[in-house]
Amino acid sequence: MSTVLYDTPGPRGILRNRILTFVFAAALLAGLYFAYLKFDEKGQFDAALWEPFLQGDVWVNLIIPGLVNTLSAAAVAALIAVPFGFVFGIARLSEHKWIRVPAGAVVEFFRAIPLLIMIFFAQYGGSAVLGLTVTSFTAVVFGLVLYNGSVLAEIVRAGIQSLPRGQTEAALAVGLRKGQVMRLILLPQAVTAMMPAIVSQLIVLLKDTALGFIVAFEDLLNAGARILPANFQNLIPAVIVVAIIYIIINVVVGLLANWLERRSRRSRKTTIKPVEAPQSVGVG
Amino acid sequence: MGALVEEFPVILGAFWLTVRLTLASAVAALVLGTVLAAMRVSPFAVLRGVATAYVNTLRNTPLTLVIVFCGLGLGLVLDVSFSESLSTNYLWLSIIGLSAYTAAFVCEAIRSGINTVPVGQAEAARALGLTFTQNLRFIVLPQAFRAIIAPLGSLLIALTKNTTVAAAIGVAEASLTMKSLFERHQDSVVAIFFGFALAFLVLTLPTGLFFGWLSRRLKVAR
Repeated sequence: MSTVLYDTPGPRGILRNRILTFVFAAALLAGLYFAYLKFDEKGQFDAALWEPFLQGDVWVNLIIPGLVNTLSAAAVAALIAVPFGFVFGIARLSEHKWIRVPAGAVVEFFRAIPLLIMIFFAQYGGSAVLGLTVTSFTAVVFGLVLYNGSVLAEIVRAGIQSLPRGQTEAALAVGLRKGQVMRLILLPQAVTAMMPAIVSQLIVLLKDTALGFIVAFEDLLNAGARILPANFQNLIPAVIVVAIIYIIINVVVGLLANWLERRSRRSRKTTIKPVEAPQSVGVG
Repeated sequence: MGALVEEFPVILGAFWLTVRLTLASAVAALVLGTVLAAMRVSPFAVLRGVATAYVNTLRNTPLTLVIVFCGLGLGLVLDVSFSESLSTNYLWLSIIGLSAYTAAFVCEAIRSGINTVPVGQAEAARALGLTFTQNLRFIVLPQAFRAIIAPLGSLLIALTKNTTVAAAIGVAEASLTMKSLFERHQDSVVAIFFGFALAFLVLTLPTGLFFGWLSRRLKVAR
């Protein structure tokens, strides 16, 4: 589409484009130079601020433990959220009103409220109501499961609903029971179609673990924005390094989602198109 | 329930701040996102590259990190200051973070909107002699925007919920206020939580309905 928006430039057009490219590049460099000056003025390019990242023990003792906490919170939350999504997604398609309506209410409620207030609620509600001490890890996982599980439930519902009605009808006609129709006919086809959307949502979940920073969970962001600056007074370099780690992880998982999508597009298990990921605006 | 009634003015103030944060960030994100989308379809490789790099970086970075960078990095380390008052300064810094993050998603939404405009439209515009800017301004973007009203509505809802992350740098919007109310009224944590959840539903559900109605009303007839 992009190339449809303008004509292939002729000799004058090429010249004009070259001049404008030069102007834009110059403006960009000027902006970068200004940022460089600002950083330099505050001494952000001092070797002392960046040098910690060359030391092995800074990584081993400060950064890696944070990364491990981030990944384990994400893994635990994902392992609970995916079954949660399947249960509630299928429950919303139930024939029984008393299952369908409550499941729908739960899913819509947790999708409509911010993740952070669920995390706060888990933290304070756990001790105030149940008398338990809720660790920040538990609070973060609790919020992530309810929010992302509800989004996954919508993906599951969309995946099953996108199958042609004839599939259910044919399965019932050959004498399968309702549970068998779901398990043997609908789910195998739907899972293929919704795999890419599920993986994209898991990326959102991984990014959302950073909310743990607010409740003092010792995650990767905590390592970059609290622990490293406390030791080396290098907030900006530390946050940049941590951001690069997040980006690398997300890009790798994103490539996995793309690969799954290509695979399911040419899969012969099902003819339906992959379920589109919901507006994956990560909160975290 | 008593705590909710007693603290009603505090809660109202907190949600008013949430609404202001949302609206200010939404306007900034829409402008920046449109500029980024125009850059991504422009004939200049430099602009395309910059916009693509920006979008991919911000989309893959957690919002909390973006806001912490704006609040502590820009605010404390680089001394970026908008106001004498510390709380107002953090408010502006969090608006920068929220809109910088959301703009990346707005850009992607607009780009997908541009893809829904039939190729013939842009070709006809070129045949009439319209330049790239005129083509975008008069032909492609007006149709693209009308196609993406519903996704933009979901983005606005997500942004409303995302303003809670400003709590990371101490902006006293709804979620941080809820936390301090939890501390003050430990016996009515559940009531306070459902009160705040209900208030968020009141903010987000009508937004969703309104944008759904608007997108049906303004749909391009094809």
